[in-house]
Amino acid sequence: MEILVCVKRVPMSGGRFVLTEDGRDIETKRLGFTISPHEECAVEEAVRLVEANGGTVTVLALGVPESAEQIREQMAIGADRGIVLETDGAEWDPQATADAIVAAVQQDDTAFDLLMFGNESADSSGYQVGIRVAHQLGLPVVAGLKSMNVTEGVVRAERPAGTGKEVFDVPLPAVVTVREGLNLPRYPSVPGRIRAKKKPIATHEVTRPPARLNKVSLELPADQGKRVEILGNGAEAAPDVVEVFRRIGVIS
Amino acid sequence: MSALPSTAKAVIIGAGIVGNSMAYHLAQLGWTNLVQIDKGPLPNPGGSTGHASNFIFPVDHSKEMAALTFDSVAQYKALGVFTECGGIEVARTQERMQELQRRMTSAKSWGIGDVSIVSPAEVKELVPYIDESVIVGGFYTKGVGVVDSLRAGTLMREKAQEMGALTVGANVEVTGMTVDDGRIKTVHTNSGDIDTEYVVIACGVWSPHLAEMAGAKIPLTPAVHQMMDIGPAPRFADAKGDIEFPIVRDMDTNMYERQHGTGLEIGSYAHRPILYDPEDLPSVEEASLSPTEFPFTPDDFEIQLEQSLELMPEIVGDETVGQKYAINGLLSLTPDGMPVLGEAPEVKGLWSVAAVWIKEGPGIGRAVSEWMVLGQSEIDLHASDIARFYDHQKTREHIKQRTAEGFNKTYGIVHPSEQWASNRGVRVSPYYSRQKELGAQFYEAVGWERPQWYGSNESLLAEYGDRVMPRTAEWESRWWSPIINAEHLALRDRAGIVDLTAFAIFDVVGPGALDALQRIALRQMDVNVGKVVYTPVLGENGGFKSDLTIMRLGDEHFRVVTGGAHGMADKKWFADRMPSDGSAVLTDLTSALTTIGIWGPRARDIVSDVTSADLSHAGFGFGTCRRVEMGPLEVLASRISYVGELGWELYVPMEQGARLWDLLWEAATPHDAVPVGIGVYASTGRLEKGYRAYGAELESEFTVVEAGMSPPKVKSADFIGKEAYLRHRDEDPAAILCTLTVDDHKGPDGQLRYMMGGEPIVAKDGSALVDSHGRRSYVTSAGSGPSVGKHLLMSYLPPEQAVVGCELMVDYLGHSYPVSVATVDAQPLFDPKNERILS
Amino acid sequence: MLVFIEQSDGGIDDLSLQALTFARGVAGPAAAPIEAVIEQPPADAAATSLRRQGVSTLHVLQTTGVDGYAPAALARALAELAQQRTAAVVLAPSSDHGNEVMAHAAAILDQPLATDVLSLTMGAPATVSRARWGGSLVEHAELVGEPLMVTLAAHSVEVTEAPPAEFTVADFAATLSALDTMVVAAKVQGEGSNSINLADAKVVVSGGRGVGGTEGFTILEELADLLGGAVGCSRVVTSAGWRPHTDQVGQTGTKVAPDLYIACGISGATQHLAGCRTSKTMLVINNDPEASIMAHADYAVIGDLHTVLPAIVAEVRKAQSQ
Repeated sequence: MEILVCVKRVPMSGGRFVLTEDGRDIETKRLGFTISPHEECAVEEAVRLVEANGGTVTVLALGVPESAEQIREQMAIGADRGIVLETDGAEWDPQATADAIVAAVQQDDTAFDLLMFGNESADSSGYQVGIRVAHQLGLPVVAGLKSMNVTEGVVRAERPAGTGKEVFDVPLPAVVTVREGLNLPRYPSVPGRIRAKKKPIATHEVTRPPARLNKVSLELPADQGKRVEILGNGAEAAPDVVEVFRRIGVIS
Repeated sequence: MSALPSTAKAVIIGAGIVGNSMAYHLAQLGWTNLVQIDKGPLPNPGGSTGHASNFIFPVDHSKEMAALTFDSVAQYKALGVFTECGGIEVARTQERMQELQRRMTSAKSWGIGDVSIVSPAEVKELVPYIDESVIVGGFYTKGVGVVDSLRAGTLMREKAQEMGALTVGANVEVTGMTVDDGRIKTVHTNSGDIDTEYVVIACGVWSPHLAEMAGAKIPLTPAVHQMMDIGPAPRFADAKGDIEFPIVRDMDTNMYERQHGTGLEIGSYAHRPILYDPEDLPSVEEASLSPTEFPFTPDDFEIQLEQSLELMPEIVGDETVGQKYAINGLLSLTPDGMPVLGEAPEVKGLWSVAAVWIKEGPGIGRAVSEWMVLGQSEIDLHASDIARFYDHQKTREHIKQRTAEGFNKTYGIVHPSEQWASNRGVRVSPYYSRQKELGAQFYEAVGWERPQWYGSNESLLAEYGDRVMPRTAEWESRWWSPIINAEHLALRDRAGIVDLTAFAIFDVVGPGALDALQRIALRQMDVNVGKVVYTPVLGENGGFKSDLTIMRLGDEHFRVVTGGAHGMADKKWFADRMPSDGSAVLTDLTSALTTIGIWGPRARDIVSDVTSADLSHAGFGFGTCRRVEMGPLEVLASRISYVGELGWELYVPMEQGARLWDLLWEAATPHDAVPVGIGVYASTGRLEKGYRAYGAELESEFTVVEAGMSPPKVKSADFIGKEAYLRHRDEDPAAILCTLTVDDHKGPDGQLRYMMGGEPIVAKDGSALVDSHGRRSYVTSAGSGPSVGKHLLMSYLPPEQAVVGCELMVDYLGHSYPVSVATVDAQPLFDPKNERILS
Repeated sequence: MLVFIEQSDGGIDDLSLQALTFARGVAGPAAAPIEAVIEQPPADAAATSLRRQGVSTLHVLQTTGVDGYAPAALARALAELAQQRTAAVVLAPSSDHGNEVMAHAAAILDQPLATDVLSLTMGAPATVSRARWGGSLVEHAELVGEPLMVTLAAHSVEVTEAPPAEFTVADFAATLSALDTMVVAAKVQGEGSNSINLADAKVVVSGGRGVGGTEGFTILEELADLLGGAVGCSRVVTSAGWRPHTDQVGQTGTKVAPDLYIACGISGATQHLAGCRTSKTMLVINNDPEASIMAHADYAVIGDLHTVLPAIVAEVRKAQSQ
C-alpha cells in the first residue's frame, strides 16, 4: 500500500498561551513543536498497514522548513519518506493548504492508495483540508473515523454516532480523516530514530495565495472571571459538596 | 496559604532543595521568624529540583565539593530518601583509565571508601546490559545512590515549620527589593512587603534575576543538559524500585545511563553549550512542562543516540523500547564551576546560595546556615565564596564564555593546571608586550595574564642539564615546562625579576586603622612605620581565612597585599570589619599599583644601580619597607621574599610600571638576571622554603599550630580567633604540616613520575593516615625543588608520622611511591637558616 | 440564511438549536428570513421546536439512491440549494455531521469555510471570531466568500426562543454524482448500554493523572452512577491505557457541556480544558491549590481524591436515602 499522511507542525500546548507583541501569533520561542494528536494516530495506523501489507508511508507537511523535524519524528516510528512544502511561516488557510497538497500529490511519482489526515489540526481546527483534497482528487472520503481496517481494497471505517456508531465501507483509493483513539501510537525507538536520519525528505518551496479566510489577530479568551470557592480540605468537605449538588439540582 | 508576616529575621526565596535545606538548618541553629517563599506551587515549584537526575557520585577532585557531597549524603540518608545503587564511571580510552586512577586517588584522599578500579568483565557483572567490548575498564563507587530530593526538601521544610520557626508562602513572587545604606531592608512581593534582616536567594536559575533587584550580581547562567527516558525495557520489567542496577557514567562521551523504574534514562553533557538568559525563562503557567524543562532539541542528541546504543545495545537497540520523554533540562553553571555562596559583596544581609546541584544541596544548606548564624561554616567554603569574583568575572560575556567552555568538561579530564582558552587577555600588566617579546607563556589568574615561564629562558636548559628535573611522562609534563626549574636555579644563582601585578592591594587609612587591623591580624600590628608584617588571618574557630602581608606606611596608614586569587574575598573580609564610624576606610588599589619582584644573590647589586638609597642589610633590613627613588620613579620598596632570596617587592603606580621594568632590566641584564614566571613564584621557590599557601596548606580546618606558623608570643590585643588560637596553643596538634621528599620516582613502566597535588599519603602498608579529627593525610602542594634536587610534597601528618626521616608512601595514578619526611613544621629545606634572605 | 440542522431523539439537536439562535442574531431583527435545511422530515417534537426558532422555510434534502447518511450527497444538495436560494450565509452547528457536510459543500462551491465560529459580522469583508485550540484561543479573521460558510462552536450560544411562527416545508432534490453517493454510513445502534453517553451526560466525573491507575477509577464510576452521570478522563489517562479513548474529555476527545463537571486529580492542560470549559459548573478535587484548572473552577476541594471521593459518595448515599 502506498499511503500519504499529511501532518502539521504545531506548538506543544501545555500551560497558558502567550501571544506575540503584534497579537498575530502565539509566541513560540519557548515552546516545543509536535504534530496534532489525531495525526499521530494517522501515522501510526499507516505504519501498521504498511507493516502488514507492504508498501511505503510518506509523510507530508506544509509549513516552515523546521517541519522536517516533525517528519523525522514520524520516520522514527516507521514512515519511509517525507515531503515538506516549505512556507515562509505565514499562516495558510484550509483552502490554500488543500490546493498545495493536491498539487504535490499530482506531481508525486507515487500513486497513493490512501491519503490520511487528522480530522482537524490542533491549532486552527478547520475540519476541512482532508475533505477538500478528496474533492479535488475525485476520491471518496470518510471523516472523523475512530477505527478502520483495510481488506481487499476496501476500507471499513467506524466512528461513534450518538450512542451507536456509523460504519462506512469505501473502496481504495480513498481519503480518510482520523481521530485520536484510532490506536495508541508507539514511541520511537532509538534504532528507529537513527534510521530516520537517513530517510529522504524532499522539499519544495510554495507561495501562499491570497487568503479567503484571513487571520487578522489572536486573542486570549476573556477570563471567565471565576473565583473558585474552596469548599474545604479533604474528606471533611464532603457535606458542603453535597450541598452544592443539591443547589444545582444534580441530586434532589 | 498562610498570610505572610510583615517582618522577618530572614526571607528565603526559593523552595527547591537548597531553599528547603536553608530553612531547616537556620531553624536548627536557632533562628525563628523565618519566611520562605517561591513563585511556584508546592511541593514542586518547577525548578531544577523537580526534574534533575537525582543521583550522587561522591568522588570529586575538589576537597570542598567532596566534603559538601559527603555531608549531603549523610543528611539524605537521615531523611530516609537515599537509595544506594552504586555507580561506575567507565572508560573507553586508556587516557580515561588514567583519569579514573586519579579519581581513586581523590577518593582515598578524601576518605571515600568502597571504591575500586574494575575490569570490563567486572563491569559486565554489575551492569549486565552493557556491551563490555566498548570499554577498557571502570571506576566503581559502591556508595553512589539516588535521592528523592523533592521529598527531602519537603521533609526539611516541614520540620522547620513544625518547630514554629518558619512560615511558607507558595505562589508568591518577589517584585522588588529595597536596600538601605548598603543593607537589605525589604522584600516586596505580590502578597505584601516583608521587612527583613536577611534575604537568602536560593532560586537556582532565577538567582541572578533576584540578586539584580537588590543591586547585586550572582554570576551564573542557566544552561541545558539533555535527558531522555526510554522504556519499558524487558530487563527492568520486574523492577520493584526506582533503581536496582548501578548508574553508568560514560565519561568519554559525557553521558550517563541509569535505570529509572522500568525504563532507562540517558543524560548528556556532550551537546553544544545551550545557555539562556534568566529573562528567557517562562512562568509556571506558560511552561508546557515546568519552567526549567525546555523542549527537547533532537539534533543535539544525535551522536548520543549512537553512543548509548554502542554502550547498551541490549536496551537501547531494542525496537520495542520507545522514547517516552525527552527534555532540555536546565541547570545553573558558573564561570569556574563552583557554587556561588555567601553574603553578596554589594549588599549586606543579602545571601546567595546559588548554582548548587542536588548532590551538595543539604550540605550547602548546613554550611551556609552555619556561616550566617555562627559566622563560620564547618566545611571551608573558600572555593565557592561569592566574594571571590572580580568585576569582569561577573559580566555576562565572561559568564557565557567560560560556562560554555566548561560545560563540555563536565565529565572531562581536566588537568589540575589546565588553562581556560576563552575570554583571555582581559587584565594585562604594563609589561605585557615586553613579556611577549621574551616568549612568555601566559597563564591566567583571575583575569590577569601572567607569565608562567619565559621562552627566552630556554637556553638555560643547556646550562642546567638534568638539574631542571625533566619529566617524560605526558600527564605531569602537560601544562609544565622544565624551563620553570631552570628559571628557579638561575634566580638562586644570579637574580630573577617577577611580575607580581596580580596582587590584590588595599589601603586601610584613618585613626581607627590600627585598631581595625589589630583585630583582624594574628600578628602584632602596632609596629613601627616602615615595618612589613606577614600574618595569618583567622576565623572565629582559629582556622585560616587568609595569609597576607600588611605594611605600615604611616601612623594611620596601612597597606594590605594579598594574592590575586583570593584578593576579593580578602577585601570583603577586611571591608566588613572596618569600624562603622568611618574612622578607618578601606580603598582598593589593585588597579592603581603594579608590583615587580626582584630576588637573588645579585638583587642588591642590581637595585643599587637604579637607586642611590641605602640598600645595605643594616640600612634596609629584612621585613621593612620605604620609599626610594629609582630613576624618575618613586618606588615603594618592600624587603620580603616569597621565594626565599635576598630582594624586594617594588610598588609603583600602574602607569609607571613599564618604566620601572625597563629601568630594572637595564641594570639587571649585565648581571645575567632572568625573567622569572609564576611557575617559580607560586611553587618551586616557596616549596623549598616551606612557605605555606592559602587554599592549599592553609584552610579553615587547619590551625596555626598545625600549620607550624605559630609565633613564639601571642599579642595581648584581641583579634578574631584568638580564643580558639590560645586553646590550640595549649593542645597537642592533631596533625603537623610537613614537607616530604620523593625517594623513588620510578613508575610501573620505568618512567620517572612526579606527583601534582591531592594524592593521599599513606603508610608503607598502604593504609590511610588518619588523624584524631578524622582527617586524612594528602598532598596539599607538590612541585619541584630544583635547588635541593628533590620533588617536594607538603602534607599534614598525624604526630606519630611527623618525624624527620619517617618513611611513607604516596599513591599516584595507581602506583605507590616511597616518600620520607624531610622537615617537620616550617623548617625550610633550602637555606634553613635563611642566610640568603637576611644577607 | 440557510441553517443546516440535525435531529436527535425525536427533537432538534441542542447544537442545532444553538445554531438557529445564532442565525437569528446574525440576521438581525429586521433581516432576511432564516431557512433551515434538514436531512429527514421533522418529527413532531422537532417541528414544535422549529416553530419557536423563527424558521420561515424548512428544506428537506432528498438524496435518492442513498440508503443512510451520505455526507457528500447531502452537501451536494445543500450546495445546490444555497446557489438556488442565493444564500448570503450558510450555517451549520460544529457537530461531526455539521462540519463534515459543510466541508464538502464548501469544496463543491469552492468557498472558504470558517468552523467553530463564535461571532459573525456581516460587512465587506465579513469578519468572524472563531475558536482555536478548542477554545483556549480566539481568532479574528476576515471571511471572503459567497455564500459565507460557517459552523458554530458548540455551546457558545444559549438557546433562546422566538415568537411562535409557522414554517413551510419544501423538498429539495439535487443531482448526485457517483462520487457523491459512494460514501454512505450504515448506522449501527448502540448495545443499549446502561452507561450514559459522555457527550450528552448532565454530570461528568472525570479523572486525571492523580487517579493513579485503572483501579482508581472505581470510585469515580460509583459517584457517576449515583449522580446519573458518565465517567470521563484526561489524555494522560488514555495514553497510559487506564481508560479507553471514548472516555477522554478534551480537544481531541469528547467535548462535554454538562451541568456539573467534577475534575479529580486533573491539573488542567489547555487541551483538556478545551473539552470541559463549557460545563455549567465545575468542581475540582486536587491536592494542589494552584493547579491551572483552578482558574476555571467554581468549587474546589483541596485534598487527595482517594480520600475525598469516598467521603462524597457516602454523603450522596446518605442524602439520597433520606
